[in-house]
Amino acid sequence: MSGTYAHAPGFIAGDRPKIVTSRFEYEDSYTLQRYLATDGYQGLRAALGRAANEVHDEVRSATVLGRGGAGFPAGTKWGLTPQGVYPRYLVVNGDESEPGTYKDRLLMERDPHQLIEGCLIACYAAGLSQCFLYIRGEMALAQERVAAALNDAYAAGYVGKNILGSKFSVDIVLHWGAGAYVVGEETALIESLEGNRGMPRLKPPYFPAAIGLYGQPTIVNNVETLANLPWLMLNGAEAYTAIGTKTSPGTRMVAVSGHVNRPGVYEIINGITTFRDLLYKEEFCGGIRNGNQLKAFVPGGGSAPWFTEDQLDIPFEGPQAGAAGSMLGSGAVMVMDETTDIPAAALTLTRFYAHESCGKCTPCREGGTWLERILSRVVDGKGTMADLDQLIEVGTSICPGDFPHASNAKLGISAVPFPYKMNTICFVGPSAYAPVNSALVLFREEFEAKIVKRNTIPVTAVGVAS
Amino acid sequence: MARLTEDNVRLAKEIIGRYPRPRSAMIPLLHLAQQQDGYVTNEAMVHIGELVGTTSAEVYGTASFYEMFKFEPVGKYLVNICGTMSCALMGSEELMHHAEHKLGVKAGGTTSDGMFTLEHAECQAACTEAPCLQVNYRYRFRVTPESFDSLIDDLSAGRLTAEIPDHGTVAKVLQHIPADRGVGAVPPESVTEAPAWLDGKAAL
Repeated sequence: MSGTYAHAPGFIAGDRPKIVTSRFEYEDSYTLQRYLATDGYQGLRAALGRAANEVHDEVRSATVLGRGGAGFPAGTKWGLTPQGVYPRYLVVNGDESEPGTYKDRLLMERDPHQLIEGCLIACYAAGLSQCFLYIRGEMALAQERVAAALNDAYAAGYVGKNILGSKFSVDIVLHWGAGAYVVGEETALIESLEGNRGMPRLKPPYFPAAIGLYGQPTIVNNVETLANLPWLMLNGAEAYTAIGTKTSPGTRMVAVSGHVNRPGVYEIINGITTFRDLLYKEEFCGGIRNGNQLKAFVPGGGSAPWFTEDQLDIPFEGPQAGAAGSMLGSGAVMVMDETTDIPAAALTLTRFYAHESCGKCTPCREGGTWLERILSRVVDGKGTMADLDQLIEVGTSICPGDFPHASNAKLGISAVPFPYKMNTICFVGPSAYAPVNSALVLFREEFEAKIVKRNTIPVTAVGVAS
Repeated sequence: MARLTEDNVRLAKEIIGRYPRPRSAMIPLLHLAQQQDGYVTNEAMVHIGELVGTTSAEVYGTASFYEMFKFEPVGKYLVNICGTMSCALMGSEELMHHAEHKLGVKAGGTTSDGMFTLEHAECQAACTEAPCLQVNYRYRFRVTPESFDSLIDDLSAGRLTAEIPDHGTVAKVLQHIPADRGVGAVPPESVTEAPAWLDGKAAL
């Protein structure tokens, strides 16, 4: 890539385009001073120079896909609010807790003004009169950086009454979470923001855009989604859609962790960069550690069904990942090399979701717990073959029918495409089953080995060959 | 064992004033209570109920849902070792065993001098820096047994007090909206009209 966007902020000639991480190279990237010196709040100024509906149209035509997990386009989401119903609110989902994911934390810690500017553009475009920025409780530094940035932005006239001297006025309120994964689900986030236990709401209504915070139209957007808006306003939808593909334009941040040489958070090109690029290219992770073989990887956060080397050439494009039996989710890849004890690795995820079940839906509350117990027994070398059938039976009670999984040439199985059917109102229950199902479909012999050999390698042996 | 102090009540009222409905301030207020006493006391929950207009049972109902709120004293330093996949792949189970040995308590326990509480935590969003831990929600990355030991020694000797405040202090910088700059929150029912800037014209 060269030339075309050399004028654009964040694009380093001869390098990959950087839309949201352009300031990460600066030590003081989180300060107002640095932000203003690097085109800060110019996107807002550009937006306020146009009518709100024109700004909305610009975002809609850029197809800014939601970066929280579902990939729903932001411009379309904003358009789901009912006509003539006010007030409307913006709730920013900064409760990032999906296993493997931490792009939002970096965006809040390292470039809080970019997020604030994104919030302002969204409020202006969609007519949202107050913004609540919900930050995960455990992220102390992110809270401090965003609080300091908001204080500076208020003092400088970028947030609050008559922004930049215009008729546009909006408050951004920093809200603290207190530790609950399920609150990342947008209706649970709203419940939590209303001062309640963070349990997802029954659907329908499917979108808080219709009935959300205090029963009012509410847009819930992910941190990274909003962080795209300042660049988009400054450079336009045409420049945005020139990066990536038609259906997946722009870039996205992906955290790669586990057994790679250079784990890290990379801003990759949507629809073009493949998993093979990301895992093996020198500019990204530079291959599997110690020259080992890749065994499996989780492509889109702990909730996603697993891929193996057969899926390495799939690009970061939602429909392609879906057809292959998984999802891109929250932009998190967890890599397991040949030394990984697969049942034990699956258990670390299933335990997470069982622990994080809010208890509202029986299949998740009971099912998650049973999956964890049975899988623990198998991992501890105390399981029976009947336990493996039991795992599938419990999983099927959470998600009826065939659960999505990847194809595998060696095993001679074809893919079951995403998504799954579910007996729960949110994705926590299915997520407890996803790692179990993937591990059983792709690596059943490892479970059987633990049972037949009474292999008593403890859970501690994750990462060590059994 | 206390209600909120005068200073905290002032701060609590400032926070409540930012929300269209007072109850929305419940979680931030619970954090203030935990910051004040190191854990959330019954008296504080009664007081929070009075401030946001709910019963203390409703306050407890909300508070008990969230992992971070503690209802009995914990150590001055809460050490959370992540055990979810990325950290497990990089040796967090071994780190936990080491920590249990070093501190002489099992996960969930508090040292007899009240300095450290050790907990098994779920994903802390630092997966590429595995294994990771948090002390009072401040990160330590790629932790080895050796770096764990020196962390504990530094904390014990009081060498990290500037960076890592006592348990309960969530953020050292808080938001303050200047009175002359804030728009102010109003109950949703008192808003019926579209915001002023939705008039089809540019705002600037």
